[in-house]
Amino acid sequence: MNSPPLSLGAGQQVMTPSKGVGERKIRRLEMLESVLALGGLVLLRDSVEWEGRSLLKALIKKSALRGEQVHVLGCEVSEEEFREGFDSSINSQLVYHDLFRDPLNWSKTGEALPGGPLGVLRAMCSRTGPGPVTIALDSLSWLLLHLPCTTVCQTLHALSHQDSRPGDSSPVEHVHVLGLLHGELHGPGPMGTLSALARTEVTLSGTRSQASAHILYRRPQQRPTHEVDPTTHLTFNLHLSKKEKEAKDSLTLPFQFSSEKQQALLCRGLGQATSHIFYEPDAYDDLDQEDPDDDLDI
Amino acid sequence: MFPELNNLLNTSPDSVEQGTLTLLCDAGTDGSFLVHHFLSFYLKANCKVCFVALVQSFSHYNVVGQKLGVSLTSARERGQLVFLEGLKSSVDVVLRAEAEPHPLGFLREAGAGNLQPLYEFVREALEPVDCREAAWRSPVLLVDDLSVLLGLGVGAVAVLDFIHYCRATVCCSLQGSIVALVHDSGDAEDEESDVLLNGLSHQSHLILRAEGLATGFCRDVHGQLRILWRRPSPPTAARRDRSLTFQYKIQDKSVSFFARGMSPAVL
Repeated sequence: MNSPPLSLGAGQQVMTPSKGVGERKIRRLEMLESVLALGGLVLLRDSVEWEGRSLLKALIKKSALRGEQVHVLGCEVSEEEFREGFDSSINSQLVYHDLFRDPLNWSKTGEALPGGPLGVLRAMCSRTGPGPVTIALDSLSWLLLHLPCTTVCQTLHALSHQDSRPGDSSPVEHVHVLGLLHGELHGPGPMGTLSALARTEVTLSGTRSQASAHILYRRPQQRPTHEVDPTTHLTFNLHLSKKEKEAKDSLTLPFQFSSEKQQALLCRGLGQATSHIFYEPDAYDDLDQEDPDDDLDI
Repeated sequence: MFPELNNLLNTSPDSVEQGTLTLLCDAGTDGSFLVHHFLSFYLKANCKVCFVALVQSFSHYNVVGQKLGVSLTSARERGQLVFLEGLKSSVDVVLRAEAEPHPLGFLREAGAGNLQPLYEFVREALEPVDCREAAWRSPVLLVDDLSVLLGLGVGAVAVLDFIHYCRATVCCSLQGSIVALVHDSGDAEDEESDVLLNGLSHQSHLILRAEGLATGFCRDVHGQLRILWRRPSPPTAARRDRSLTFQYKIQDKSVSFFARGMSPAVL
């Protein structure tokens, strides 16, 4: 890429592709490679004007050429239309799960996939075979319109974390889940949730004749391996001895109102000195012996 | 049909594109002239047409059709046109015995409607029955309009599912076409309408959007038409989607189109 990637502190990188004409093919291959570099969920966000299915198919082609098995959950276009443009070697590696012809079992011929859309998704979660695998969801928008958002997110998580050890929260490198998402169809809630789940997010847009892709990578944060003790390496002593700790624990704070304090204030015990005010009037004071608060009935 | 619109869309009754979904959309103006155009266009192209007309009566479309050179009555008689008159048959739904399935049966349902009976009606109307049907060219489904279904209580997802199944049957299996009109209310709070419009846009091959002028009503320019060609699934990424904008004026028997700002009244 011509412009170096800008790194934002939290481990994210933003890259925009260059527009040089001669290097376009190399750039496109590099871009596809970089999108597939991290494992896990890759979100492709498109719009009515800039459709994303061609990019999805390009990524599928790249995965298939690398020898990966590709499973496609097709909801929006027919199998013939989807396989158009792929040569026979790629088509043989592509397994198409057809949710286009009869997703809701209206024809009742028994041809529909069992369990409906959710059943098919869940079946994909179980291990599809050894080796790297790419799962393409065409489209995530269709799934979001027909299934609750929480179910979709949980299934996506299960899809991209299959075969990993329990307790290991990082997805396995060789499972790619490509999800096509139509930006205008969903509110900020589902979009934000899916963004948080995704490792890589590609947003398609463009000006008059030039399409562009904005790629966002989310790298996992490094967890600290040990807690840092703040009291070490200081020039003064912050540690407490045992006697000091006991004194500290037994101290009652002045503004903490406990029942003992309440008793002490309300009942003046013997031996406690009452307070007395010593007043020296000067020449300008008007000492009125009459108590102005005399009429108060306390 | 309007010859000028045919020129803009680069189609003619002799060469009809098959397997496409055309979305008609209007915002701030009445886009029904596009419906009349496509109805007369496909009848003249010798296609079998199933028209789900939910907005106007049969005689209304017939009168306009006659101005454009087609007779809906004779088309219906010879079996070329299957006409579902929504206004009349909705009354039948209420008065009929419940057991019989009716295309507009969702009107009786208390919960969110399911448009499967309507889909079955369309499928039966357009599927070729026997070799007799080979006389017609490709089948066409025309819907005027889908926003009425939203107003009748059907959810946007149910309407999208209906069009999905129609696409699978009419466009993919039967190699026919679908033309549907949707209103864009422009109301930011109408989420169902937005979901329907955007969901259909993503599935469409051609989007015709009739908009009112931003400056308001004008006697000589009735509105603006935006045409967007797209391919939901291009075989290669090379082909760029095309978009054009024209302004139009509706006359008694035709519609004239011109480039923006080039209305004959202005020049």
